[in-house]
Amino acid sequence: MVARFLTGIGGVVLAFFIYLGELVMLAAESVRSALTHRMRWRLFLRQMVDIGLLSQLVVVITGGFTGAVFAAQTYFQFNKLGVASGVGAVVSAALFRELGPVLTGLMVTGRVGAAMSAEIGTMKVTEQIDALRALAVHPVDYLVVPRMLAMMVSMPLLVAECIGFGLVAAYFVSVNLLDISGPYYVANMVRWTLMRDIIMGLTKGFCFAILIVFISCHKGLNSREGAVGVGRATTEAVVNASLAILISNFFLTMFLNVIFPAGWQ
Amino acid sequence: MTTAPTIPASVAVDGRSNLRAAPMIAVRGLKKRIGPQDILRGVDLSVAAGETLVIIGRSGGGKTVLLKNLIGLMQPNEGEIWIDGQSIIGLGERQLEAIRRKVGILFQGGALFDSMTVEENIAFPLREAGERDGRVIERKIAEMLEVIELEGQQKKMPVNLSGGMKKRVGLARAIINQPSCILYDEPTAGLDPVVSDSINRLIRRLQERYHVTSVVVTHDMKNAFHVGDRIAYLHEGRIYFHGTPAEIQASPDPLIQDFLIGRAALAD
Repeated sequence: MVARFLTGIGGVVLAFFIYLGELVMLAAESVRSALTHRMRWRLFLRQMVDIGLLSQLVVVITGGFTGAVFAAQTYFQFNKLGVASGVGAVVSAALFRELGPVLTGLMVTGRVGAAMSAEIGTMKVTEQIDALRALAVHPVDYLVVPRMLAMMVSMPLLVAECIGFGLVAAYFVSVNLLDISGPYYVANMVRWTLMRDIIMGLTKGFCFAILIVFISCHKGLNSREGAVGVGRATTEAVVNASLAILISNFFLTMFLNVIFPAGWQ
Repeated sequence: MTTAPTIPASVAVDGRSNLRAAPMIAVRGLKKRIGPQDILRGVDLSVAAGETLVIIGRSGGGKTVLLKNLIGLMQPNEGEIWIDGQSIIGLGERQLEAIRRKVGILFQGGALFDSMTVEENIAFPLREAGERDGRVIERKIAEMLEVIELEGQQKKMPVNLSGGMKKRVGLARAIINQPSCILYDEPTAGLDPVVSDSINRLIRRLQERYHVTSVVVTHDMKNAFHVGDRIAYLHEGRIYFHGTPAEIQASPDPLIQDFLIGRAALAD
């Protein structure tokens, strides 16, 4: 009984480390390919459109309404203390350091990560990836590298966009609906938003891009058993990437806060 | 005619130096296990340059697995494979690319890239090989469409093609870079007799026009007799019989005869 339990635990731990190892191998192969093989610019641009351009609406709505509701909630609390003009500073710091990158990461995982996993998974189960290999085209060169580079470029921009719209919406709600003084709001926001907050948000966006692209592509490349397998791979890609974002966000926050400490020192 | 699972005496497979002089494809002692099942249990065969070998056998008997091993899409558990004198066992994905440029493969379902049109599928190997001249690409696409008799269909997406058309486009994609060897995985499976016959004629035409070495995996005997110079019968993971179409037809072996006429009792 105990031996079976320990064997079960050991199996899960082993499977987890094998999975991590496969992700690292895929990442290493992709970076090596990007550095040593010719770039497929057309595929890169297509991915930029899919990932960057077509995520605009999702990111704008996410950023805008998150900023708006966060501003309202902060105002409800701060107003009792008589520091309502500090709403802008709080909303700004929260959006830059946490909400912007995390929410963008989760939305892009749902929209782009799922699509990546499903598309590559379908190619796998319909022998299209075997066809690529048979035509002397490495699947990592053709499928993963353009997605990796497009994600690395797009994600920080999407995070910036999400934060920007969040700030605009927060300003609109605070000044027009909650009667906070506009100049005080902006002055506090600018005073308490530092370059290191911006760097931290964009760095997180870049790290999340790497997690999303490799987790999604890996799941797609390892799809099996037809449509059911593709569906399972897509679900697992979204769940794994979302969890990876949330877990890594904590460690990134702790690590980056050492380099870019919050607030004035 | 030979009934033992050995390769033809005319082909030396006991040394790499001999292989360079003789066959385009040589396989020795190939074993492949998938899960608990032994799919291939020691396959020996060889295919001379310019020859067409047809591998027949029952569905699920390992024919496609054998074909995928020949091009490195699967790795065998044991055995050796030489393509054009070079061993492919133990080669990594990058190292196999040079071998794969010599070998085209037609997949059972065509395996067309479903995000590309017919002409983009056909031109894919050319573009990947670095061809940038639009006129050259257009000329070669037109030539391929004429070979596969699908002129005027170049703008269609794979989803709008019939099974036979997909196989033809897959074939055009496989041969556009003029490989020295083509592997066909069930080229006539699931097609009506008329379309099957057109595919058979197409394979024959390619052999005559480009003199390629071919390996055709099928369980369609009409297809086998139409295109094969030699026929090998894969049974229980081994080459049970190989010989010319005339030899296999004349074989008194009841297992062979049952397969040829499609009789279930003894074949089971």
